[in-house]
Amino acid sequence: MRVVEIPSSLDYRNVDTVFAEAAAAGAEPVLFDARRLRWIDPNGMLALLCAGQVASANGATARLSLPAGGDVVGYLDRMGFPAAAARVFRGSPQRAVRPPSRESDVLLEITPIATNSDVHEVVDRVQSRAGAILSRTLRYPLAAVVQFSVILSEVCQNIVEHADGPGWVAAQRYNWTRRLGRQVLVIGVSDVGRGFRDSLAEEHAERFGDRWGDVTALEAAFLMGLTRFPDTGRGQGIQQIRKQVARWQGLVSIRSGTARIADSPSWHPSPPVVDGLPRFPGAQINLVLPERIDD
Amino acid sequence: MTERLAHDRHGGGPDWPAAIDVAAIVTDTVASRGHNLVTRPTGRAVREAIEQRLTPMSPSPFVMLIDFTRVRILDFSCADEVVAKLLLRYHGPDRPGNIFFLFRAVDEMHRHAVEEVLARHGLAAVCDVGGGFQLLGPATPEERKAWDTLERCERIRPRDLAGALGELGEPLLRGLARRRLAYWSGNGGAAALSALARTR
Repeated sequence: MRVVEIPSSLDYRNVDTVFAEAAAAGAEPVLFDARRLRWIDPNGMLALLCAGQVASANGATARLSLPAGGDVVGYLDRMGFPAAAARVFRGSPQRAVRPPSRESDVLLEITPIATNSDVHEVVDRVQSRAGAILSRTLRYPLAAVVQFSVILSEVCQNIVEHADGPGWVAAQRYNWTRRLGRQVLVIGVSDVGRGFRDSLAEEHAERFGDRWGDVTALEAAFLMGLTRFPDTGRGQGIQQIRKQVARWQGLVSIRSGTARIADSPSWHPSPPVVDGLPRFPGAQINLVLPERIDD
Repeated sequence: MTERLAHDRHGGGPDWPAAIDVAAIVTDTVASRGHNLVTRPTGRAVREAIEQRLTPMSPSPFVMLIDFTRVRILDFSCADEVVAKLLLRYHGPDRPGNIFFLFRAVDEMHRHAVEEVLARHGLAAVCDVGGGFQLLGPATPEERKAWDTLERCERIRPRDLAGALGELGEPLLRGLARRRLAYWSGNGGAAALSALARTR
């Protein structure tokens, strides 16, 4: 059995380590050992689920060990992680999702997205909590809840329309005291579908010729608004997400195949495109919305 | 265009509805608790339901108000289906009915999505954005000026055309009518769509 050591802290910055080790396991049984886990964000949780799903798809038996106690266990419970993990990892104990309290930092528990009804359910469900977090915590205008809901709808639709595979969405508020000195809202959306390159290949690969690959596919979707549909009205979702997140001075990144593309704000300098990452078959979208600061 | 508007012909108004409540269609179409118009299949289903309601319309020209008043969330996929694709369907000579569209309650919450999808298709639409009807979407400055003048005057008779808009008034208003943004009557006059809707 291959053992994949999960770092004590797992978020959007280091999830690639999990993908790399999971991919190397092949059809060998794999244990994701997260007993040392002390901190995790929505992207980290979704990465664990995706890695387990990929291992299972490779024919491997995937197991997961979580910490026996500590704050992170309560947090995982509030995010509904055990329930989601029970559907992915063999022998993973399923515990009931604790409904978040009124003051909870959880905006959206881990929610499977497979159909358009799931997208409707997510948009309907987040309204009151999103309103409170966006206006009180992030100090966005009241109307921001509508714009946020549109973003949420569009990123979730990306799974249904383009992934051809299951996915999840989750969102959580944090106080990034040391990293940014501000509160942030982190939204993770991941799927283990066919990824951007495969999704766009039939419609666009030919004209890109030898240049076609994960980076080109991400650039085509992220920068040019191309989709696998020839319809002119398609492809607006990602473009509009980028515009709105930029207005909020947030971060948006998409990870698919061996590449990542991002719009990075000044508080998070990073290269717009990274290639040569461990292969991840689906897509992972990460949004970080920071608290508004007065001009 | 030599026909008379259905509104003009029927003194008390026709039997079919002159406004369509989009939120009611959303409720009938999907189980959304909050009248949220999201996802492309939902938008497509709502557009098809609207088109179905428009099917029994008279072949005479008609102004239809698409009312978003009770819709809370309108995402880009739905705006593309319910606004842009609806307009495209009734834009060309092969349209299934001679219907002009107005959109209501496209306030700031919806305005951005509507403007983006209109721009993407090179379309414009007449929308009530809270403070009265406006022309949204791409248009030349001359088109906007002509549309604003017509909207302010409500109707321009043939003998008043040159005074209101100068020598280019007629081609501009004819152009707006071809874009389904104004009504050009057979006698050489023009009417604002909002004025026609009000006189129903």
